[in-house]
Amino acid sequence: MKIAVASGKGGTGKTTVAVNLSLFLVDADLKVTYADCDVEEPDGHLFLKPEITLKHRSAVLVPQVNPEACNLCGECGAFCRYSAIVVLKEEVMTFPELCHSCGGCAYICSVQAITEVDRYIGSVDRGSAGKLNFISGCLDIGQAMGPPLIKAVLRNITDDGITIVDAPPGTSCPAMTAVGDCDYLLLVAEPTPFGRHDLELMLQAVGSLPMPRGVVLNRVSGPDTAIEKLCSRYGVPILSRIPEDRRVAEAYSKGLTAWKAVPGYKALFADLWSKIEPVAGRYTA
Amino acid sequence: MRVAITSQGESLESRLDRRFGRAAFFVAVNTETGEFAVHDNTQNLNAAQGAGIQAGSNVVGLNVEALITGNVGPKAYAVLKAAGIRIYLAPDGTVAESLQRFKDGLLDECLSANVAGHWI
Repeated sequence: MKIAVASGKGGTGKTTVAVNLSLFLVDADLKVTYADCDVEEPDGHLFLKPEITLKHRSAVLVPQVNPEACNLCGECGAFCRYSAIVVLKEEVMTFPELCHSCGGCAYICSVQAITEVDRYIGSVDRGSAGKLNFISGCLDIGQAMGPPLIKAVLRNITDDGITIVDAPPGTSCPAMTAVGDCDYLLLVAEPTPFGRHDLELMLQAVGSLPMPRGVVLNRVSGPDTAIEKLCSRYGVPILSRIPEDRRVAEAYSKGLTAWKAVPGYKALFADLWSKIEPVAGRYTA
Repeated sequence: MRVAITSQGESLESRLDRRFGRAAFFVAVNTETGEFAVHDNTQNLNAAQGAGIQAGSNVVGLNVEALITGNVGPKAYAVLKAAGIRIYLAPDGTVAESLQRFKDGLLDECLSANVAGHWI
């Protein structure tokens, strides 16, 4: 069972919720994996402090042209939607950082002048924090494309047990790749005007995806009719309201989890899980 | 010689388009005879990436020896340099004025990209 924790706006508490939910489930003696898919700036490890046992480099395929075999026909350049390969008068130029690894240029080349070679983009770490399985992706500095590495992280997830996917912020390609085939989408929102605005962007972005979804409001300090109306309009339940609590920020600033630092969190996450589990279970069945 | 000039419109009186990758048009001119042809580049306006590469490739196809424009980014520069096309940066003016400045030797040759890319 795969639960993705996402949001529209950054900074709403995705990692806080994902980390604490993972710790709650491990404490309940379940088999749990935490997968950090925020490959541009993973931060789950700051709180879980895992022991990493395996670190492997992850690559995407990019074209390499054999100038001796190439007849400069230009078909590869015409095919490419990303301007990653372009045919000039006497040579073919490639721009590997623009390539989306579709393989089209190599496929369409009539003289087999193109081979696909590895271009390394980042790393996937595997390990554990006590009984919690830990996987994280980290993009190399200067790399612009997250999704291929996010897919590599997701491929490392085994089928058994519960996986909590900590998704990247936002509503564009990295976030959509991370939540893509989860069994339940948990959206963490903050009750501010920006929070409401960006939650709506995310509800629209995932509108046509099939999995069930629910909202957790974080840092709540009073009623919020704007977000309640929004969730009602989209038919999405508000599962939980995590109160604004300075102790959470204090724990966070020391790299400690709220789970350990704030009493009452266990009950809060037990309640949250009791609402997610039956719905997610029905979906996976 | 043949020269390409980025243009906002389809005549020699149109204003120079300071953009290269997303220039609206390329005007290819024969500097001796004055004959010119206009080539549409507007499909690049909405390109998410690689507009400079695409425009560079299009200009190579025009068989020109030089390009006159306002700004050239790193990928566009790489393509033009590989193709051996000399680049000249011109101030605001019409296409005709830019061509005259070129012929009068008033434009400096551009020897590296003068602006950064928009994305990667």
